[in-house]
Formats: sequence, structure tokens, C-alpha cells
Amino acid sequence: MQLDDIVAAVRAAHDSHTPLRIRGAGSKDFYGGLLAGDVLDVSGHRGIVAYEPTELYLTAKCGTPLADIEAALAEKNQMLAFEPPRFGGATLGGCIAAGLSGPRRQQAGAARDFVLGVRLVDGTGQVLDFGGQVMKNVAGYDVSRLLAGSLGTLGVLAEVTLKVLPKPVAEATQVFELDEHEAVARLNAWGGRPLPISASFWHDGRLWLRLSGAGAAVEAAQRALGGEVAVDAGKLWESVREQTHPAFASPVLWRLALPSTAPDAGLGTPAAVEWGGALRWYAGEQDAARGAAARLGGHAVLYRAPESLRCREGAFTALSPALLALHRSLKKAFDPKGLLNPGRLYAEF
Amino acid sequence: MTANDEPAFRTDRATLARRLKTLLPAHCLLTDDEDLRPYECDGLTAFRQLPMAVCLPETEGQVIDVLRTCHQLGVPVVARGAGTGLSGGAMPHAEGVVLSLARFNKILRLDPLARLAVVQPGVRNLAVSEAAAPHGLYYAPDPSSQIACTLGGNVAENSGGVHCLKYGLTVHNVLRVRVVSIEGEVFEIGSEAPDSPGYDLLALMIGSEGMLGVVTEVTVRLVPKPELAQVVMASFDDVARAGDAVAAIIAAGIIPAGLEMMDKPATAAVEPFVKAGYDLDAEAILLCESDGTPEEVAEEIARVTAVLTASGARELRVSQSEAERLRFWAGRKAAFPAVGRITPDYYCMDGTIPRKRLAEMLSAIAAMEKKYGLRCANVFHAGDGNLHPLIMYDASQPGEIERAEAFGAEILELSVALGGSITGEHGVGVEKINQMCVQFATPELEAFHRVKAAFDDGGFLNPGKAVPSLHRCAEYGRMHVHRGELKFPELERF
Repeated sequence: MQLDDIVAAVRAAHDSHTPLRIRGAGSKDFYGGLLAGDVLDVSGHRGIVAYEPTELYLTAKCGTPLADIEAALAEKNQMLAFEPPRFGGATLGGCIAAGLSGPRRQQAGAARDFVLGVRLVDGTGQVLDFGGQVMKNVAGYDVSRLLAGSLGTLGVLAEVTLKVLPKPVAEATQVFELDEHEAVARLNAWGGRPLPISASFWHDGRLWLRLSGAGAAVEAAQRALGGEVAVDAGKLWESVREQTHPAFASPVLWRLALPSTAPDAGLGTPAAVEWGGALRWYAGEQDAARGAAARLGGHAVLYRAPESLRCREGAFTALSPALLALHRSLKKAFDPKGLLNPGRLYAEF
Repeated sequence: MTANDEPAFRTDRATLARRLKTLLPAHCLLTDDEDLRPYECDGLTAFRQLPMAVCLPETEGQVIDVLRTCHQLGVPVVARGAGTGLSGGAMPHAEGVVLSLARFNKILRLDPLARLAVVQPGVRNLAVSEAAAPHGLYYAPDPSSQIACTLGGNVAENSGGVHCLKYGLTVHNVLRVRVVSIEGEVFEIGSEAPDSPGYDLLALMIGSEGMLGVVTEVTVRLVPKPELAQVVMASFDDVARAGDAVAAIIAAGIIPAGLEMMDKPATAAVEPFVKAGYDLDAEAILLCESDGTPEEVAEEIARVTAVLTASGARELRVSQSEAERLRFWAGRKAAFPAVGRITPDYYCMDGTIPRKRLAEMLSAIAAMEKKYGLRCANVFHAGDGNLHPLIMYDASQPGEIERAEAFGAEILELSVALGGSITGEHGVGVEKINQMCVQFATPELEAFHRVKAAFDDGGFLNPGKAVPSLHRCAEYGRMHVHRGELKFPELERF
């Protein structure tokens, strides 16, 4: 599959007013609004276009599996520092379109922070290049980062350039017996100290803390922080990243992004706490989740749920009228007929 | 500097002054030419324009009133922080108002536990780090103008600094902004949570050069101050070898806190000024900083030293004290004023290139020095490929300013041809507006105009900046290098 095939498909849909549902591996079909439109399968547009380890960037076509990208990076001892979930066969396009980040986000930054450039096929079938392959580039509006998390509603992310980073020299994980309140308090206190904390995960009375950096720094932090050395830490972080850990098993799962110091949300004990206290997961139907998150200065995503519940609640917190108007204008700027992934982000567009 | 298809504004000065007087107390409004004079340019002094009025509001209510009124009267508005920008982004519009946020100078909240600060846009960059210092925290982006430049301006330009390879740009360190639209509507983008619902409008707003809205509050992330920082200074006989050394450091898996290069003309200009102890016989010197815990720094410095030695450094020095570290940096940080001492005028460029093209770029610049009959010193954020050639000229000599501009334009266009960008951190402003036509093709420029229209349909915010009209590009007549398909044939000789 070539770029021209994607362009032709989008143009044809544009001419015939046919809504399109852009699909890579389909590993995140559960995420966001309900799926609608004819499937535009872009998984065949795959392959690494450029990888320059010493320039710290990698460019690949949207259908490239993350596994292929990470294998290429591993050969040069580098990584996708935002640790996106792979959920089996996830592709680069879907990874950036969904904008999800994994455990290392608390130290390294989110998916959007690593986007350097995007080749976009907009809703009219035009090919647009934004950003590039250099770290610093402030020419024009930063449309490439805008596309991270846009769920394909502004165009097909045909090709993406990401900043990549070296793998840390050393890693170690300490585990502590703590309730969630004490865990959040400690994580915030530690966060203000120059410690090489690269991930945190609390579940069921235990807090795992990953340290990454120079060997000596990791050892010094282990001594300073105490706790027990975790066994099988690699497997644990993998299960957090892929959400195969039992903490994420509930068929209804709420994701609350909050200020890291936010007090208890009043939704019972969280199923998991990540990102230094800023990401809290709650299982089961939670009528108060949206209100609680808003009151605490964050927002709640109905991350995983049966269709009926997703229909009723919407996946994402509603936007203020001013922001909704801006979203509509931007949608129109890139997809004037509103054909790409309609309703995947918000029912309104 | 106006393109003839950009919206033509015709402002009745008397009406404007009368209306603004009803909105602002006398000490918040300037309308006499002599009072307006200090606002006629920003850090790019070659471009000057008197505005019709300068508003210095003290409350968000006044900002709303001014914007609403200008929108109603059809008057352009140019927001301004400290005016330290180097691309003319805050240059006034002849028919418009300058909206100075200088009096929005309070740190509203600093939360050491949550590691963030809520500040007004007129707060100086360095003041945030100073306020955070007692808590062992600081604000990471450190543009060289950080003593004077404001957070509002940093947001507008997506400012970087010498530490952004490791700690990121403004876009990586701002959590939330409060914005007033041209219509006077207030909205907030981002939050103190790690992400927000909907599109990442924060990414769009940061670096938008005052084209999309006026920021009245900024929430920034603070990070723990490293316990220790040390810098290695290495000198090289050859700039290409210095460039290869930078690649070798990255290839070794090291992301230094800072990685800077200066060429021989730059060290020659700087050394008499700051006495940093630079090797004046070297063709290039590298400064490589490591920060973290003492254990981390010791380990990293040892690795960096080994890599630099293997890369052919002819001399290596490691700072042995904080005073020595600051002295090594002093020359780099004083490069612009030092060059200013040896030439009547200089013109600072801001192209970004893939690092591996550095030697090509520097030899091309050497050829351009001959072609334009002007000297050029180069300082370089080597870690992230951001080059700052300082073109020396004398504005009092007929034709020199035009030659300097043509020299700069050629550097920027070569940056694009080498796979880079016309601006890494200074912004497009008025300065590089023609080169936008080289970096972007018509479809992208049209998309930018649609983005602009989503926020400011009438084009009242900072007109004539950042994104050129298609008409201007047609007049400029330079060819966009379209996805590498069209190359400048003359590039072969580099």
C-alpha cells in the first residue's frame, strides 16, 4: 500500500460523502467514541522510512507495527521513551492518533512530546507535511503535536517522525507496602527531589517504583529510598504498560488524569495509581467520576466499557462551549465534510 | 513589511484614542509619538514601526475590553512581553495597538509539592526559577535572554535555551494557559493534570507568535534542581571532527544537559570579553554539560571524556568548581554581546539542521562570507542542531544591511534544503516570513491560514507575521523544496 492509495481512498470518500473509519491494527477499537464509517485499513502502509540514531529520530509509515520500530531501536540501544502500549499489534499511526503513553511518561513525557513531524492526508485527500526531523522547529503552527490524540478526526497520519532516546544504562525497581494515600503523598514528596524515578505503579497496598539512569545514581537512590528490591520487575512494568496486569481487568474502567497532589476522589479505592499520583484508574460504573475529576482539576475518560455505557456517557469529558467551538472550527479546517472518524472523539463532530 | 494582499487596515487614530481612554486609566495608555518610540521594535532592531497606541493593561478585564474594542473597530493588535524577541514578532502594526503585558508581573501561586507555578505572562523567565529555588526546584527552559524575557513571550515563541536537549522546550514545560480571544472571550487550555480532553490546543497555542490569542496566565512545570553540574570543554582542529564528536556522544547513549559548539571566529570574539580560557587556536570548541546526582555526574563525565578523546579532541578540560563551570559557560552565553563589541551591527540567524550536515553548512557559510563580503561567527546548540550564525555588518555603510539580509536568507534556505528548518527557537516574526515560502508549500500554508481563522477569523492578531500570504510567496518567487523532489542544483558544490 502506497501513500497514493490512501490519498485515492480519501478523495473517493470525499467525492461521495462517505464517512471513513481509519484503522491500523484495530488494537484500540475499544477506546473513544463508537466506531462509524467504512473501514480505511492503512495497516499495509508500513515500513521504517528513516532512522538516524545519532540524530535521535525515526520516521515510519503509519501501518508499521510498534514492535518493528522498537526492534530497530533496540539494535541501537534506543527506545520510544513514552512507552506506548502495544496491545498486541498496535501500529505507529494508531499509537500517535490515540496519544496514549505508558509508565515512563512521568519522567520522559507523553506521546505528543516526542512527535517531531507528521505527513497528513487531510479530509479532502491533500497531503500535508508538518514539522520535520529536527528537535527544534518553530516555523508555522505546531500542527504535528496537535494531531497526537486527535483520534484520526483531522486526517490520516500517513507518516510520523518521532524523537527517540537512548535506553537508560541501569534500571532497578523498589517495592513498598503502602496504602494509596500514603503512596500518593510519598510520590509527590519524592518528585521534588532530584531522584531518577522513571515510573510508579500502586495497586492493592503496594507501590512499585522504577529507577532509571546511571548505575551509580540508581544504586544511590535505592539506598536513599529504601523499600524492597522487586522480583520480576521487568514483567511487572510490561504488564502495566500493556494493561495485562489484573489491576486493569474490569470490563468497566475509568481513567482519571488529575493534579498529582489531588486528594482522594471519593470513588472508593483506585484499581491502580500511576505517573506519580497523576493517573488514577477506577473499576466499575462510577456515576460520580466526571464530577469528581472536574472538582479536583482534572478529567475522567470512560476508558473501557460496554457499548451501551459508552453511548450514554461518551468516552471523554464534555468541552466548554468556547473550546467546543474551536474544536469544530479546527475539524472543519482539516476535514470540511466531517468524514474522518466521525464521533470517535466527540459525538458533535 | 506589508504584503499587498494582507487585510488592509485603516484606523482612525482619534476614534481609537477616544475609545481606549474610556477603557484604561491614563497611566495605562500611551498615544504620543515620543511615548510610543520605545515600542517601535523588539530585539530585531532593523525593523521598526510606530504603533498608533500602546495599551498597558493591569487587569484581565482591561485586556478583554481592549481586544473587544479593537475587534469592533477593526484595529490590529500586537501583544508584547519584554520585547527581547529576535524575529520582529512584537514589531508594531502601523494601524494598530501594542498590547503590552508588562504589568502582568505577578507569580500567582507556587506549589512546591505539586511542582508547578501559576504566573502572569509578564513575569520574567528567570524570576520563576528564583522563586522556586528555595524549594530546590527551577523552571527548565532558559533562553539566553532569561534575565529579561517574559513567560508570555516564551509561550508565544516556544522558546528553548541551552538545556532543551535534555529538558525540552517551552511546549514541554507548560501545563496550562489562560487565553483571551480577539473577541474578548476567555478560555483555558490544559490543566494541572497530565493531559486534557480533546485536541492538544496547548501545542497549537505555544509558538503561535501571538497570532491566535492573548495569554493572561501560564502554569509551568517546575523540576528538581540537579545536585551538581559539571562541564567538559573540548577543543578540535576541525569543525567536522567536532560535529562527529557530538554524534558520538549521542551514539554512546548520553543525553547531556547542554551541548554547545563555537567556531574560531566566535571564540576569538568572546575570549577578550569574558576570559573564559578558550583554546584560541582550535577551529571549534565543544561545551558538554552533565547534571544530576554526584554519582551520576561522575559516571557521565568519565564516559563523555572517553568519547571526546576517542573523537580526536586536542584538549580537554573538566570544570573543577561551580565558578569554573560558570566561566566556561560565560563565553557561550556572552557570544552575542561579544560579537556586538567587534562589529557595529550583527544579524543573528536561527536555522536548524540535521547535525550530520554541520560541516557542509559551515563550509557553505564560509563561501557566503566571500560572496557577500561580510564576516560571520557561529555559535551552535550542537545537541539539537540549532545554529546561530552571527553575520557582522555596518548599517552605516551603504548596501551592507541588504547584503546581510541576503546572506541570512541564503543560510535559512540552505537549512531547509539540508532537511532542517528556518527557525529553531526565535520564531518567524517578520524576519523570516519570506523563507516560510521556502519551507512550506501552498497546501500547508493554506492549512495554517485555516488554523488562524479558527481562532481569529478577521486576522486582527499580529497581522503580517509568522505565516506569509500566498501572494507574498508568489512575489518572493523562491521555490519550495517539495519533499526532496526539487533540489537547488547549485547545492552540489557544497
